[in-house]
Amino acid sequence: MTACLLLLIRQENLRRVIVIFASVCLAAASIALLSLHGSLEITLSKNCNQFVSNLMLVAEMAIAGFLIWKSLRYRYFLAAFLVLVQTVIMLGFEFRYGHTMTIESDLFIDRFSILMALVIGVIGGLICIYALGYMKDYHRHAEMPDHRNRFFFIFFLFLSAMFGVVFSNNLLWCFFFWEITTLCSFLLIGYKPTDECRANAFNALTLNLIGGLGFVAGILYSHFVCGTVELDKLLNMRPAMVLVPAVLISFAGLAKAAQLPFSSWLLGAMVAPTPVSALLHSSTMVKAGVYIIVRFAGIFEGTVPGLVLAFIGGFTFLMTSFMAVSQSDAKRVLAYSTIANLGLIVLCAGVGTYEAVWAALLLIVFHAASKCLLFLCVGSVEHRIGSRNIEDMSGLVLRLPKIAIMMEVGMAGMFLAPFGMLVSKWAVLKALADYNPFLAVLVIFGSSVTLFFWAKWIGKIITVERAYQEDEIGPPLLETVPLLMLAVLTVLLCGLFPVLSGQLIEPYVYENYHEIFSLGEGNIIIMLIMLGVVMLFPLSFFMYGKRVKVVEAYLSGLNIQDSVHFRDSFNQVRGMGMNNYYLIDYFGEKRLFSKSIITGIVLTLLLLVVPWIF
Amino acid sequence: MDFLNAALGALLFVVLAPVGGGLVAGVDRIVTARMQGRVGPPLFQPFYDVFKLMHKETMVVRRSQNFYMVFYLILMIFTGVLFFSGGDILLVIFALTLGDVFFILGGYKASSPFSFLGTQRELILSMAYEPIILLLAVGLYRATGSFNVADINAYPDLLIVFLPGLFIGFLCVMEIKFRKSPFDLSTSHHGHQELVKGMTTEFSGRTLAAIEVGHWYESVFVLGLLYLFFAAKPIMAVVAVGLTLFFLILADNAFARFKWQLALKSTWMMAIVLGVSNILVLYYFF
Repeated sequence: MTACLLLLIRQENLRRVIVIFASVCLAAASIALLSLHGSLEITLSKNCNQFVSNLMLVAEMAIAGFLIWKSLRYRYFLAAFLVLVQTVIMLGFEFRYGHTMTIESDLFIDRFSILMALVIGVIGGLICIYALGYMKDYHRHAEMPDHRNRFFFIFFLFLSAMFGVVFSNNLLWCFFFWEITTLCSFLLIGYKPTDECRANAFNALTLNLIGGLGFVAGILYSHFVCGTVELDKLLNMRPAMVLVPAVLISFAGLAKAAQLPFSSWLLGAMVAPTPVSALLHSSTMVKAGVYIIVRFAGIFEGTVPGLVLAFIGGFTFLMTSFMAVSQSDAKRVLAYSTIANLGLIVLCAGVGTYEAVWAALLLIVFHAASKCLLFLCVGSVEHRIGSRNIEDMSGLVLRLPKIAIMMEVGMAGMFLAPFGMLVSKWAVLKALADYNPFLAVLVIFGSSVTLFFWAKWIGKIITVERAYQEDEIGPPLLETVPLLMLAVLTVLLCGLFPVLSGQLIEPYVYENYHEIFSLGEGNIIIMLIMLGVVMLFPLSFFMYGKRVKVVEAYLSGLNIQDSVHFRDSFNQVRGMGMNNYYLIDYFGEKRLFSKSIITGIVLTLLLLVVPWIF
Repeated sequence: MDFLNAALGALLFVVLAPVGGGLVAGVDRIVTARMQGRVGPPLFQPFYDVFKLMHKETMVVRRSQNFYMVFYLILMIFTGVLFFSGGDILLVIFALTLGDVFFILGGYKASSPFSFLGTQRELILSMAYEPIILLLAVGLYRATGSFNVADINAYPDLLIVFLPGLFIGFLCVMEIKFRKSPFDLSTSHHGHQELVKGMTTEFSGRTLAAIEVGHWYESVFVLGLLYLFFAAKPIMAVVAVGLTLFFLILADNAFARFKWQLALKSTWMMAIVLGVSNILVLYYFF
């Protein structure tokens, strides 16, 4: 892993070859890790660790200085204040107690970390390759200086920080990497030098810093009360003892995973170039948030704070799914759906039973692949058709057939039966059926709505409203290749999920709960049959248009020559238009957003209070 | 033995469901006619209709629109097979949803304003009934301790005693699935209304026949789900299914078509008030 980290630091000079090479290495390294994990030992010597810790201390100060300078320059005093508080506490803590602490191992590795590393490495790597093609196009459109070298540097820094988060055992280290991800997202969201981007970047920074305070408090509590800052030791203590730090650190996780009431930063993050959104939504940032929460899942099992946490997740799932219905901006729909799915993962962690954890891990993997695919598709479509409004995407199958089909794969992956997300939803419902009826109700209503907004989007892509011409140029190869690989990955994942589950997820769950969750062979076979049925769909191209007579659509008999023009009541020829329902009166943002935030705040405060009572 | 039973159930469904579904449709048409003071068509009229459709020319607006409907048929059969072989009820519901989605995409693909409008409404209806049917699955699990249809079927007590609220909610689902008024928003039996034929406006010939047969399979599956409420007493169950059908036809004739707003609101209200409270009682008092 260290080799991998070192490799990435060379990225400052932009060379296409290097980025591709590094991405491939990254992916290969994560996969190699999978096969090696049995024999792998962390062999950093004690001295070396001390050295790294000191290095981190210096870096921490530098980052804090940088952030304070930026915040003061643009007059975001709250952010500056938060950075200051956090840094002063952490530095004071480390100077005062840093040398007296005994840390046995700073890093650790288990199946969950490996799973996360696979997600980060493979999907993150593909995003990097895609970004090469995309950013070239981006700078052709955007009027701004070309900082692509900086952009890719931050990209890789981000990925390495993510590896840091998932492999750290020492919470101080984990926190360091955690703050780097906050910094990187801040820089990436504010990549374009406009006021809107800057405001959103600072919003993201502020909310994540508030979360970071929770992390700091969690570290202090675990040091002074639990007597250790090592994750593995904490997890092996009596759950009741660790509950408070678990809640505090999960609070940080909630902010990072953009759960209500913190959701606004992820919605604002859309202003960044699309690869950034894809990175934030699929393999990094938000996944760090849920990673740390799921780590503590065992602690939460059967506790009141766990229940409150589950409610935060369930409530977020419900409300953000509702709001997704009313959105026509493709990226915004995706953003809401991300928050919703993260809510589902948080819910699973709060429930904390072995079934729920199993479902949470599956959700993390499947969501990463499908969501990344969707974001990148939207990015390419936006560059080709100049809009990311779903209503402008009609006839996309005729205009950009390849991308449209991959987009459909991604969406099917998000909500349709044989694909991964639904498998996980199935497991969630099963886990909840025994646990708490209210949570089950939240999930049931949320997922009914999910069906609505995905289906109408797919429908829009295949609807024909005008005579279309296929876009001849199409997106560059550097975009289509990663897209294709992601689409294949999405499909493969659901074919191979029994293997994935058997090799990584079930052993992890077993280690922690000594119970095995499996779906039963019969059910897996049924899923595979269903997958087979869906896979038959491309066969339809062989029968395309045979044995049928093509006629004009019924336009009340007023057609002019074709299916898309008619004569109106003023005897004028008009083209027809068909738009989806968005049910704004029911699910509109105006109606729901502020209420959701308030409820979210109440629930979160409750979360922070309950561990002290129970 | 279990396997044999399952295989037998699946096989019987594949072979008999179209016959049963067609007969139900035939009876439906006669009873409806009698309620309206007409004699009505022969019992086998639905079969004659379908056979006639199969010999008609298949006309399309968009060349690929028919495949979605073929998949709708396949998935409806698949859903029923899963159900009647005693599989996991959540999986059955997911397969049903998948079938619905294909049906809806077919409507989108046809790309005419009337089919598009019908499709939008069908989508809203799917969203409207989904919570009740999922709540029903949770309720059945809570009452019997299993998600498997075979186990639920073998449960010794009458399930309607535990699930009265969900039963009433399920009647709504049946109205929607049988495309009965007040929930017949997405297609209509009469082409001269504002909706024309809604979703199926642009489908004809063999494809329309496939849709019809798919609908029969779906009907039999829904009736099977209804049967589960009374599974402990088979004779009573058959009577109850018959009575429920009669009630559905009565409602069909008594109600005018709802607007989609009312359809959505009323079913969700039903799900929240009756369904959720039913579940809560099951959790906290049994």
